[in-house]
Amino acid sequence: MKKDFYTVSNVIRLPHKYAAGPTFTRFYNGLEEGKIYGTSCPSCKKTFVPARSFCPGCCANLDEWVEVSQEGEVVSWTYTDREFFGMPGKPPVVLALIRLDGTDCDFLHLIGGIDQDDLEKVKSSIKRGTRVRARWNDEKKGHMLDIKCFEPVS
Amino acid sequence: MGRPVAIIGSGQTYHGRRFDVTYPELVKEAVDALFEKTGISPDDIEGVVSGTMPSMMEGVALTHFYFAEVLRSVGKPIMKTETCGSTGISLAFTGYYWVASGMADLVLVVGSEKMNEGDSQATMTTVVEPFYQRYFIAGAPGVFSMQCQEWSTRFGIPEEKVREAATRITIDHHNDAFDNPYAHIKKRLTPEEVNNARIITYPIRLWDVCPNSDGACAMIFASEEMVKKYGLKPAWVKGVGYSGEEYWFGDSEKAIWQCAIDAAKQAYNMAGITNPRKELDVAEVYNPFTYQEMLYYECFGFCDFGEACDLVLKGVFSREGELPCDPSGGTLCTNPIGATGLNRVAEAALQVTGQAGDHQIPGAKLSLAHAMGGVDQYNGVMILGSKK
Repeated sequence: MKKDFYTVSNVIRLPHKYAAGPTFTRFYNGLEEGKIYGTSCPSCKKTFVPARSFCPGCCANLDEWVEVSQEGEVVSWTYTDREFFGMPGKPPVVLALIRLDGTDCDFLHLIGGIDQDDLEKVKSSIKRGTRVRARWNDEKKGHMLDIKCFEPVS
Repeated sequence: MGRPVAIIGSGQTYHGRRFDVTYPELVKEAVDALFEKTGISPDDIEGVVSGTMPSMMEGVALTHFYFAEVLRSVGKPIMKTETCGSTGISLAFTGYYWVASGMADLVLVVGSEKMNEGDSQATMTTVVEPFYQRYFIAGAPGVFSMQCQEWSTRFGIPEEKVREAATRITIDHHNDAFDNPYAHIKKRLTPEEVNNARIITYPIRLWDVCPNSDGACAMIFASEEMVKKYGLKPAWVKGVGYSGEEYWFGDSEKAIWQCAIDAAKQAYNMAGITNPRKELDVAEVYNPFTYQEMLYYECFGFCDFGEACDLVLKGVFSREGELPCDPSGGTLCTNPIGATGLNRVAEAALQVTGQAGDHQIPGAKLSLAHAMGGVDQYNGVMILGSKK
């Protein structure tokens, strides 16, 4: 028979306070006003969202601000009824990569406004190419989750 | 180009929930197995490379310090390499570079993880920044599920076909694992069991996902002079390729996945491979998720884009197929993350030296090892051969 040995338990709690810097701060301020901001790179001719302080392609400092569309297309999605660490709410949840109109990268966020209790219903409502639009929380705090989710455009 | 380098031995632990030993004791098991198997004296090792996942996994920072004695590194230079899931292959690259540069003739490389002692999904969430994406990834499965959906819809592969091929892959690998004495999960699965398993993150179900494993892998990289001195069967490093892309998930396409394509291309160019499916005898592709294995077949040029499912169903990549992939059972059956990529290299080396035992691919002379790291951010490929 296999012998059981002792285990020792330990909890490490390390609170962090992260500097968001001027670009994320301005992006969060935009969310507080119900706007989604991106920045454009003049040499790469691309618009990124959330707004970036530097271009992910050429590393140039970006200061060309644009309010981007709150509507776009689903590129990819997943559904889970399991709780994962750090999730903003109770499952089931649908996560998606969304290409907001006029931007050049996919925006990662939640999908809502559909019946999420049944996977088959999720599958019939959300596909690659489904048009979705941002839905905002009534109370905005200058936070990523001021956008409650993206809902299919009917 | 540096000097010729060969792998002249490896040691693996048994994998599983290893609550029978402490973390350094687990590492010792792999290192001791290596020295016993090769007959090399630890005194002859000139430098040591160690690597794991982020420290949050086990809650001990700078684990290469924690393992100093069991790595036999006291009095020697020690380096840590850490690139998330690709840590293992990066470790192999570090050992390779060290010997190829001429700065050392004999280098010990060790990867390890004790995933069951902490919260692996929470640890992986900390790979993501706190301002934007950390809320939305649902651990590793969430990210890889979205990649799978991007891939299957990009090429219009019907959901049923993707499911059928993924089911075939997981049944095959869990069978293969019975022939690998070090594999963690060994199980005879039925299609019903796989297809009806609970959803982790759609379309990924339980048997599409690798386990949390505890384990370690140790390996020796040697110069040509040391290969001659010890007379051990060498697995020569024929090619290496490593490529990465932007940090944020969504900034680059993950179906036609450029960093995977480029990593393989670099390694093939160095090894002089032009038709990988024909020239390679076996591949140890990093497959933490069934779907991802198929995506790699396409990015590595084993087949055309959108073709992998059909070829899996024809058995092209199974044990008796044209290019057997993951005859060890792969990452899908055994995943001690910091060691996983090094396990791929160890298995690829065992194959070309004819030492893979019950899962040996007969006559294998050229093999591929691979691992991926980050939020779908980096890929590394190493080609090994029986001849210099």
